[in-house]
Amino acid sequence: MTTTASNPGARAARPARTDLPLFAHLARRAAFGLPAWKLEELSGRPYEEHVEALIDIGRYERPEEDLLERYNIEHADLESYRWGAKRWFYRMINSSRHLEEKVALMWHNRFATAASKANNARAMLDHIELLRNHGMGNFRILLQQLSRNPAMIYWLDQHTNHAGAVNENYGRELLELFSMGRGNYTEDDVRAAAVSFSGWTIDQTIPRYPNGWFDTNFVYREDDHDDSEKTFLGETGRFNGDDIIDIVVRQPATARFVATTLYRWFVSDELDDEAISELAQVYFDSDYEISAMLRSLFNSSYFKDARWKRVRSPAEHVVYLMKLTGQHTNPYESGLGKISGASQAMGMELLNPPTVEGWHTGREWIDSAFLIERINFAADRLGNLEAPGVRKLVERVAAHGDKLTAEQLLDACLYDLGCVEIDAHSRAAILDEMGRDSVYETAADDFPDTATEVFQYIASTPMFQMA
Amino acid sequence: MAATATREPVFVVLQLSGGNDFLNTVIPYGDPLYYDFRKTVGVSEDRVLHIDGHYGLHPALPEIKQMYEAGNVAIISGIGYPKPDRSHFRSMDIWHTAEPEAVIAEGWLGRVIRELDPQKQNVCTGVSFGQGLPRAMYLGGTPAISVSQLEGYGLLTSLPGARQRRAMKVFTCIYAPEEIAEASMSLQHISNTGVDAKTGADMLQKTPETYRSTIEYADDALSQSLKGIAQVHLSGIGTRVFYAQHGGFDTHGAQIATQTSLLRTMSKAVNDFFADLREHDADEEVVMMIFTEFGRRVRDNGNGTDHGSGGGAMLVGKRVNGGMYGEYPSLAPERQLSGDLQFNNDFRSLYSTVLDDWMGIAPEPIVNGTFEQFDGVLQPIK
Repeated sequence: MTTTASNPGARAARPARTDLPLFAHLARRAAFGLPAWKLEELSGRPYEEHVEALIDIGRYERPEEDLLERYNIEHADLESYRWGAKRWFYRMINSSRHLEEKVALMWHNRFATAASKANNARAMLDHIELLRNHGMGNFRILLQQLSRNPAMIYWLDQHTNHAGAVNENYGRELLELFSMGRGNYTEDDVRAAAVSFSGWTIDQTIPRYPNGWFDTNFVYREDDHDDSEKTFLGETGRFNGDDIIDIVVRQPATARFVATTLYRWFVSDELDDEAISELAQVYFDSDYEISAMLRSLFNSSYFKDARWKRVRSPAEHVVYLMKLTGQHTNPYESGLGKISGASQAMGMELLNPPTVEGWHTGREWIDSAFLIERINFAADRLGNLEAPGVRKLVERVAAHGDKLTAEQLLDACLYDLGCVEIDAHSRAAILDEMGRDSVYETAADDFPDTATEVFQYIASTPMFQMA
Repeated sequence: MAATATREPVFVVLQLSGGNDFLNTVIPYGDPLYYDFRKTVGVSEDRVLHIDGHYGLHPALPEIKQMYEAGNVAIISGIGYPKPDRSHFRSMDIWHTAEPEAVIAEGWLGRVIRELDPQKQNVCTGVSFGQGLPRAMYLGGTPAISVSQLEGYGLLTSLPGARQRRAMKVFTCIYAPEEIAEASMSLQHISNTGVDAKTGADMLQKTPETYRSTIEYADDALSQSLKGIAQVHLSGIGTRVFYAQHGGFDTHGAQIATQTSLLRTMSKAVNDFFADLREHDADEEVVMMIFTEFGRRVRDNGNGTDHGSGGGAMLVGKRVNGGMYGEYPSLAPERQLSGDLQFNNDFRSLYSTVLDDWMGIAPEPIVNGTFEQFDGVLQPIK
């Protein structure tokens, strides 16, 4: 960045920030991205300490949600899972435990459970809470909890898996989609896993609307459990569900599965075998601790070098924009439905993934319709001068100097949006439209319009879709 | 109307996601084994919509039955792929890529679109309705448009006039059809998609303006997708491949209610779609293929049915020679494939038939091999 020199205020802030672009990268990946003014406020510590602060979520309280319910009775009633999705967006926007939300979102895509079938908002939110509570903990415990989660049990028909009448659905997906992946077990293993989980059920069926929602609980019915001897992945015994999980988490394929999941979500759309092997080793060295894997990942050079290598998921895109515009930071602001609706229109309806395999990520987040939604939403929000964050961004850009050339103005906007980068071709296109010889007076009445127009140009570039 | 003047063959794919239970779609009510295996979810003979002395359609398919009686529906039984994989994901992938062995990203319809429009003169050669472009239409470097809904479709549409024009000018320059230096695959993909999004949006924005119809489609997502397909087809912008999806068929539990409701929606939507085309004298050039990733187990599980293998597909349209094609798989226990219907038609036979007889494209390079075709099921229009 070269354009802050003329502004004494910005210069004064400078010594505190150590390698702000790298910190911005960490904030985009381990959190949802932040504007430069916020990054500057937080910076000043060594990078490793920032990583630690993100991982050690116990340092921060979760956001209060009581007021959300008081201002919007629907949040207490939870008539539809859509209220649950809005509530989750509120959490993502406002939680100081950024990484907790980011990890929950990752597991929501991996352990995809959808309201289209598990039609109970409270059960769905309990499912997400489980992903928060255990998502950064031990993978073995995470699988144990997942296998006891009512929404998951109902979603994969585990409640109809009886001794003598096996329903294979959960046993199969546990192996295929939640741990080892295809090619690492046989159909007999699927069956053995399913039989071992017989009797794992819930105490009542979930969707009871319109008669009211019921809380539902995990129940183990010993009389419905097939206690016979099973052979699973070469081991034989009178296995129960937890025994299956114990065997599963010991498999190298499971280590690679967890490592690949983290790599894809936090590092890059294009996989790197060496980095994944390194992460898989941390999985075993730490006895399956996900936080240890995250620490290794964020401190690695492959992570630091992976800027702009990952397409932001729609939920991340939307939350990042809220971080920029400063909207929905209080519980009485209406319009959260537009936030969750925008994410849905971009291809990601929270609490309702399309299938058990979740959403297709990476470049599959982008097709012509989704790209249009992403750009339209970002342009709308960044052009809204009534949003407190947008006014703040404009003030910050104006503070770069009294007069800015087109290039200085563009660089100032890129910087203040959170050390955003764009490709040379996009840069040339924007400068051509701005007029390379133009000089912008930052005190001019129409400067806010000018600055937000530049934000909108930036929002329409390919790299703005990435993180 | 432009569409009817050209009469190029048009192919509509309707995907039933989740694994539609073929045994309860085209029901072998004349086979006592059916009722032995389907103690819970079986449909009683008096409720089946009989199409002959042995088979009948699910009671939620009255419109499909009418179309069948008019000779416009071909039922292809016993369809599947080698070494059945009961995973939704992998199974759908195989159908989308026409590649049962290796895992690849290229879609078979992507290859069709490239064949139809090698110079990429029309980004709307392939248009998908619904949430997301299906892998079947994905092929690097070949455009395909994905539309959630036609109303209000467009770029930066909420910006005020002059500002919108400037933003569009910048957008058009940013998304020029060229390679970005040292771009990752994702970045290059976004760049290419932007080029197509602009062109496609310009073309599609105009289609609802000219559309008039007496057909009142239902509000569900599938009906709205098929309405959109009718609008785009009738606008004459030259789309040759359409895609629509209808989901929720994964009926491990509560099958009776779920499948009934989904099939009822489908039956009405498909019927409305063809009635709409007929009203505009545009039903001659459209054939629809309805498929699902796999059928379900022969024996029900007490509440629904689990993932199986052999299933069935349908071809619908005026130039379809209706009837039953392929051998309906036997329900005899000794002829089942570990509890599933044994498939006897490779799905690529169906693809090859459509490509050869309908689209006029050599099937071999698209499906990567030579497969026996269903003779006479389609009457080519050129």
